[in-house]
Amino acid sequence: MPVQVSARQLAAIKFTLFVLCLTPLARLGWGAWDDALGANPIEYIQRSLGTWTLNFLLITLAVSPARKLTGLHWLLRLRRMLGLYAFCYALLHLVSYLWLDQFFDWQAIARDILKRPFITVGMSAFILLLPLAATSSKLMVKRLGGRRWQQLHRAVYAIAILAVVHYWWLVKKDITLPAIYAILLALLLGIRALWREQERRRQLARSSQLHGIPVVSIKDR
Amino acid sequence: MMILRPTDILPSEIAPRALFEKRRDFLKGIAGTALAAALPISAFAGEKLPGVRNSPFSTTEAPTPYKDVTTYNNFYEFGSDKADPAEYAQRLKTRPWSVSVEGLVKHAKTFAIDDLIKLAPLEERIYRMRCVEGWSMVIPWLGLPLATLLKQVEPLGSAKYVEFVSAADKETMPGVKSRVLDWPYVEGLRLDEAMQPLTLLALGLYGEVLPNQNGAPVRLVVPWKYGFKGGKSIVKIRLVENQPQTAWMKANSHEYGFYSNVNPNVDHPRWSQATERRIGEFRKRKTLLFNGYAEQVAQLYAGMDLQKFF
Repeated sequence: MPVQVSARQLAAIKFTLFVLCLTPLARLGWGAWDDALGANPIEYIQRSLGTWTLNFLLITLAVSPARKLTGLHWLLRLRRMLGLYAFCYALLHLVSYLWLDQFFDWQAIARDILKRPFITVGMSAFILLLPLAATSSKLMVKRLGGRRWQQLHRAVYAIAILAVVHYWWLVKKDITLPAIYAILLALLLGIRALWREQERRRQLARSSQLHGIPVVSIKDR
Repeated sequence: MMILRPTDILPSEIAPRALFEKRRDFLKGIAGTALAAALPISAFAGEKLPGVRNSPFSTTEAPTPYKDVTTYNNFYEFGSDKADPAEYAQRLKTRPWSVSVEGLVKHAKTFAIDDLIKLAPLEERIYRMRCVEGWSMVIPWLGLPLATLLKQVEPLGSAKYVEFVSAADKETMPGVKSRVLDWPYVEGLRLDEAMQPLTLLALGLYGEVLPNQNGAPVRLVVPWKYGFKGGKSIVKIRLVENQPQTAWMKANSHEYGFYSNVNPNVDHPRWSQATERRIGEFRKRKTLLFNGYAEQVAQLYAGMDLQKFF
């Protein structure tokens, strides 16, 4: 893959990605039309939308490590779209719950949110996702200022954790799939923590060199 | 799917029901002739079971389509996905098969599956089936009352519970290799629950030999309890004095109790049991106490705190 892409190439990549991200939804729509979603299509739709929300959350979180590892800086230009897709699938997942599953039985929904931990957690994740989606535009980045915008958008780490917990607590017994998501998320968050720690040490070393103070670790003392 | 407003009758209900009636007529036809007795006993899924009687215990609700009953199953011995059993259960060999009835009985006995089928005239029982996960079906089972079998072996006075042990064959059951549950799958009933006329040993469904994914060759059906109480592919029935430790109790005693009676007022700790989705329907319906069999079974639990003995 080219390290540098032209504006036209980037537009083509973005368009392809845009269509690609719609395929899970298109497959669901086709399956529903074709009655190919099994005995419990409502459950199938709901689960599938939830799975794709998680997928897009993890893909979005993988963008910045992927850029760092490959040096393909233009990958970052795709992140907003991926993040917005995560939000879209989350919204559809929520709508499928409110409409297909509960049929707007607000009493049952309220009881669910208060009483069932996996729904409480899922709903919290969605609510945290709202300000992120609302501030995704370039205009909002400018308005908030880069630093504040970035601080706000770090909420995505908490959202991803809540989303995995939501999945874990929903499963009856076989936790294989939620465990896979948990491991992937741990890797994505772990690599960030590692890099941040390395960066901190580098800066510490640099500043001590500047001031002529030798770096002494606690152990040496 | 995708009927966005609930209608009186779902199109999915119409065709299978017609098919079902046809099958029933066919069965009545053969039952009426001397041919029935002469027919060899079926051994394979899809083959008709002869000489079936109707039962007053049957519901008149529309049966869930055959395709849904046989492709949406919880049978963890073949995997934890509901599509797994239909995909992997075909390797299970259901002949020869025998069920050993033992423990606190006067005459312990091992029944070959073909003898079990001939033990009593088979009855068709159209039962509601409510899964603990919040969905339900209506299934036309074929079988005989468990009580018929138990009377043959004569339980001793000391027998208080009945334990059902399912097959756990690593060669043919891929799910047994995983440690999702403590194999073999064990279920249990109190003796009076086991003797209740509704409690059925099922050998078939929709007029035919039980498909492997539904628990062939013989499974338990206890219609007023959550579906998992019905052990599948049973190899052993033991009469015991103490309450058995069931597979789901061992897996999570906080969430799955010994009784597991269908009860809209006692929630599963992680989801509500107040409503259920009948497979094929769009809107949820209210779950009934004892799955609608309260008239027959409520007295079994008179004076018991059902919140405590869930």
